[in-house]
Amino acid sequence: GDGSGPVGAVAEDGGPLVPERVLFPPTFSVSEIKNKQRRHFMFLRWKQQQRKEKLAAKKKRRKEREALGDEAPPKAIPKTIENQRVYDETTVDPNDEEVAFDEATDEFAPYFNRQTVPKILITTSDRPRGRTVRFCEQLSTVIPNSHVYYRRGLALKRIIPQCIARDFTDLIVINEDRKIPNGLVLSHLPDGPTAHFRMSSVRLRKEIKRTGKEPTEHVPEVILNNFTTRLGHSVGRMFASLFPHDPQFIGRQVATFHNQRDYIFFRFHRYIFKSEKKVGIQELGPRFTLKLRSLQKGTFDSKFGEYEWIHKRREMDTSRRKFHL
Amino acid sequence: RTKTQNFCRNEYNLTGLCNRSSCPLANSQYATIREEKGRCYLYMKTIERAAFPRRLWERVLLSKNYEKALEEIDENLIYWPRFIRHKCKQRFTKITQYLIRIRKLTLKRQRKLVPLRRKIERREKRREEKALIAAQLDNAIEKELLERLKQDTYGDIYNFPIHAFDKALQQQDAESESESDAEKEDEEDTDTREFVEAEDSDLSDFEDMDKLETSSEEEQEEEEEVEKKASHSTSKGKTPLKGPARRKRRYIEIEYEEETEPTTKTKAA
Repeated sequence: GDGSGPVGAVAEDGGPLVPERVLFPPTFSVSEIKNKQRRHFMFLRWKQQQRKEKLAAKKKRRKEREALGDEAPPKAIPKTIENQRVYDETTVDPNDEEVAFDEATDEFAPYFNRQTVPKILITTSDRPRGRTVRFCEQLSTVIPNSHVYYRRGLALKRIIPQCIARDFTDLIVINEDRKIPNGLVLSHLPDGPTAHFRMSSVRLRKEIKRTGKEPTEHVPEVILNNFTTRLGHSVGRMFASLFPHDPQFIGRQVATFHNQRDYIFFRFHRYIFKSEKKVGIQELGPRFTLKLRSLQKGTFDSKFGEYEWIHKRREMDTSRRKFHL
Repeated sequence: RTKTQNFCRNEYNLTGLCNRSSCPLANSQYATIREEKGRCYLYMKTIERAAFPRRLWERVLLSKNYEKALEEIDENLIYWPRFIRHKCKQRFTKITQYLIRIRKLTLKRQRKLVPLRRKIERREKRREEKALIAAQLDNAIEKELLERLKQDTYGDIYNFPIHAFDKALQQQDAESESESDAEKEDEEDTDTREFVEAEDSDLSDFEDMDKLETSSEEEQEEEEEVEKKASHSTSKGKTPLKGPARRKRRYIEIEYEEETEPTTKTKAA
């Protein structure tokens, strides 16, 4: 961004006199001035000039577009990370038969065929502190048919057979660190996959602004957004299997798991249709975000389990446009 | 360093404090208990070996049995000063106790501390914020809900006519009577309806009212009569949403009428 200009004014003028159109000699660059104050000042001036030029260019382009009318070339689509996403070969095609077959025979099949009703056990790591306890309670109001039990030093390996004996279908363990919940282990019980998430930005109900009353006992609907790959699909089904399959529309509650760039955002809303094209939503219930760390084939077993997917930082975080869910 | 005592850094010290009586360097006859890999040893130092630093400390393995080990200490330190014997036994007791505790803890589940990398954590936090902004959750949820409405997943619960606001009212009068039975048991609707009425219905109703003002007054008058009939049988369906709207319109219409009257009067006069 160099132009021509009054040569004398540049060298001496570090002060407030600014000509309207600032011009520089062609081989001059702002970074060559040794004096910091003057250099800073020059840089700001240069920046202002750049902005003006950009604005002018924009106006011109808009005028041209209007002048052309219908013949104008189509608007350029801005590049977003979602647009530029590296194509993942495991993306599920809606008509893929192999995937459909897999889903019909995997561990969630009995749930999706309405043979089992989900029953969830929510627990924490040792000695949960106040925030985690409250979060567990709120979570149990959100998920119907769920029970909170305190862990008093019991080994997970030992409570799992007991849970299976008592007909629980899912187990949620909320891991806590320094008085805030920071991890979630979701395990489908009769021998199902176990997913380990890192949980962040947990907001309890009273910290959410403009929240309504408590969630009622009605079964909420479930929205799963953006789970495109095979891995995403299996994780999505895991989430779906937490909620009973027949939502009660009278309750008008909806639980959303929205995946964006490998972060899964959970929200719980109450909606009302104001007209055919407008719907109002009001947030109730806790909110949190999850990031998948690992997915194991069997139930929770950190040493001998067979891992289907682990997040390996060095291999998987190399590209900013590559996502796995 | 406590207020009255220093700690001794010598590894052969019996009590851990720096005193004349418990310094291994200051006493030529001294004994300690030390443990290595879970086994306890009794170390002894006598005057005779003071010239031979290599052979200075004599080591005796103590038995694993607590009482037997105490007896062994006693027989090895026979004729030794009471202080050293007593302190040796105390130290031995403490050591065995903490060894037991270690063994017990390793059986239970241990909490594994995984160090967080600050840079990575910061990066993840930033990315999460950006992803949240990119997600536009409210819009996405609303879109999804509307889609489901279009695809009729809700069945007949919601009946939204496709045409303009006026016809909506006319239809609703027919529907409200049928819906009143179904939805009267619904307590939730009243709760949330308060929210909706207060905040959003104002805007939407005002927008629609601008369009309505242009329509003929006759229609409005007819609707007024119909509304009055319907208001008696108000159900908990969509009609309460139109409730404040109707009230408002009626209010405005009254204003219109008042305005027209004086003009007619003046004309007559």
